[in-house]
Amino acid sequence: MNEVCRLSLKQLRDAVKRRSLSFKEIAEAYLERIDEAEHHLRAFVTVADESVVDQAADLDDRLARGDLRLGYLTGLPIGVKDNIVTKDVRTTCGSRILDNWVPPYDATVVRKLKANEALLFGKTNCDEFAMGSSTENSAHYPTRNPWDLDRVPGGSSGGSGSAVAARLVPAALGSDTGGSIRQPAAFCGVVGLKPTYGRISRYGLVAFGSSLDQIGPLANTVRDAAVMLQVLAGRDQADSTSANSPVDNYLSQIGKDVHGLRVGVPAEWMGSGLDREVKTAVQDALKVLESLGCCIEEVLLPHTSYAVATYYIIAPAEASANLARYDGVKYGYRSSQKDTLAQMYENSRTEGFGDEVKRRIMIGTYVLSSGYYDAYYLKASKVRTLIRQDYLKAFERVDLIVGPTTPTLPFQLGEKTSDPLAMYLSDVFTVTANLAGVPALSMPCSFTADKLPVGLQLIGPHFKEGRLLRVAHALESELQLNRPPLAL
Amino acid sequence: MNAKKQVEKVATLARLRFDAESLETFVPTFEQILDYFEQLKQIDTEAVEPTYHALFGQELKTPFRVDECGESLSMEEALKNAPETQDGHFRVPKVIE
Repeated sequence: MNEVCRLSLKQLRDAVKRRSLSFKEIAEAYLERIDEAEHHLRAFVTVADESVVDQAADLDDRLARGDLRLGYLTGLPIGVKDNIVTKDVRTTCGSRILDNWVPPYDATVVRKLKANEALLFGKTNCDEFAMGSSTENSAHYPTRNPWDLDRVPGGSSGGSGSAVAARLVPAALGSDTGGSIRQPAAFCGVVGLKPTYGRISRYGLVAFGSSLDQIGPLANTVRDAAVMLQVLAGRDQADSTSANSPVDNYLSQIGKDVHGLRVGVPAEWMGSGLDREVKTAVQDALKVLESLGCCIEEVLLPHTSYAVATYYIIAPAEASANLARYDGVKYGYRSSQKDTLAQMYENSRTEGFGDEVKRRIMIGTYVLSSGYYDAYYLKASKVRTLIRQDYLKAFERVDLIVGPTTPTLPFQLGEKTSDPLAMYLSDVFTVTANLAGVPALSMPCSFTADKLPVGLQLIGPHFKEGRLLRVAHALESELQLNRPPLAL
Repeated sequence: MNAKKQVEKVATLARLRFDAESLETFVPTFEQILDYFEQLKQIDTEAVEPTYHALFGQELKTPFRVDECGESLSMEEALKNAPETQDGHFRVPKVIE
């Protein structure tokens, strides 16, 4: 691997500033790396072609002429999850039903990347419509974990996690409805941040669970995640659920002291069902936080055990409504068996959607249907209130919550595909942050003897992303994690 | 109603279809997942208000803007991805006899 690909976004930008690297050299190094590793990983659905080198060379010219303002991401390669729309670049959501869709507009986050003159290096693979925890539900192919090619990268943003960890891009966008940024970040040993609901515009994110979905970054360092958030955050007229509250200066939190911060550890998360190696790694990280002056105490999130059931009612309910739009009329797949309009709808959907998406649509349709609404959807929406209140109560006592991101280490390909409920249960520690709308970050805190990464999850009160980044950066600096060699 | 009939009814509502073979594998998993949801009945939610939006009423109020025409897609762009078009319209199978 070219050493250029080992650099962080900040290091790349600094090198360009000093003129020790050109944008063209950076683009060429990453294209070469993609060429070398992508056929093993299958992290991308669409990869940039040589034209990005021309774009990079053009930026070099403008820089030389003094005609370029160096933004945080100017000229740097960024991956975008394939459920985020990109003008004139095929966007499939990992689904057969959108296999040929070429959006006529950019998502707000893509506009922001382009305004920063970042280079769009490709669309990353994901579980179909972001429904899954392993990227095995992609209609294209599964993506592999760069630390062990027989294991999954997590999901649904598994392509982004794998690409960032294997250094095919220095950073990528993901989306997180119930853990889809944080779980692949944990499984791939990178930093993944799901911001507060509404912190980043969802305009152009193909809708899954509209009250839960949030876009966020995956990157190799905490600072790089902060850089990405700084560029992406803010109110957007095109998304009525985007938040009005002012965007903090996240970068100013990097390097700040964490002395005296109160860290809560949910008692319910550290009990049975947690893999022994994950537990040890989390406990070790807590000791390091303590040595940095944080006060560690136990907190209670008593409704945790109901979180998966609550989430798998609410998210499919919203999905079943959102996915009603795929009917073969305006865009997407249309069945050739279409004697009547009703047949065209049914055949297009039956042939176009994969098994897991159908399952979610079926669950969602069922829990919203007349006679079952109160028992399932309304009930779950009430339990959601209790889960949210658990967090609000906990944050009266502590500044942030720290625990595991996932109950297990990355699992093998095929290990959970025949048991959907087992797959759902792997989201037990991540879904609550979406239900409550609070920001949460996963960072690597250890590698096991088998060279598999362990993710640590930091959860904060609404709009306190800065606090999460501050603590994560302090921990990252203190840990100085020794990464094993990649599998390729 | 038996489970298969139930699933077929929901599939009709969702505009999906399961053939006999896929029904054999789908139904048991679907029932297993619904059984898992039963645990929510243990919680007393009599006095609890539902949450449909994590921040509504707290950070977020219904936003308003001036009703002015902004950017929009041209007809050509809007039709670009359509499976079938005719005379600047989306074309679908005949619905009126």
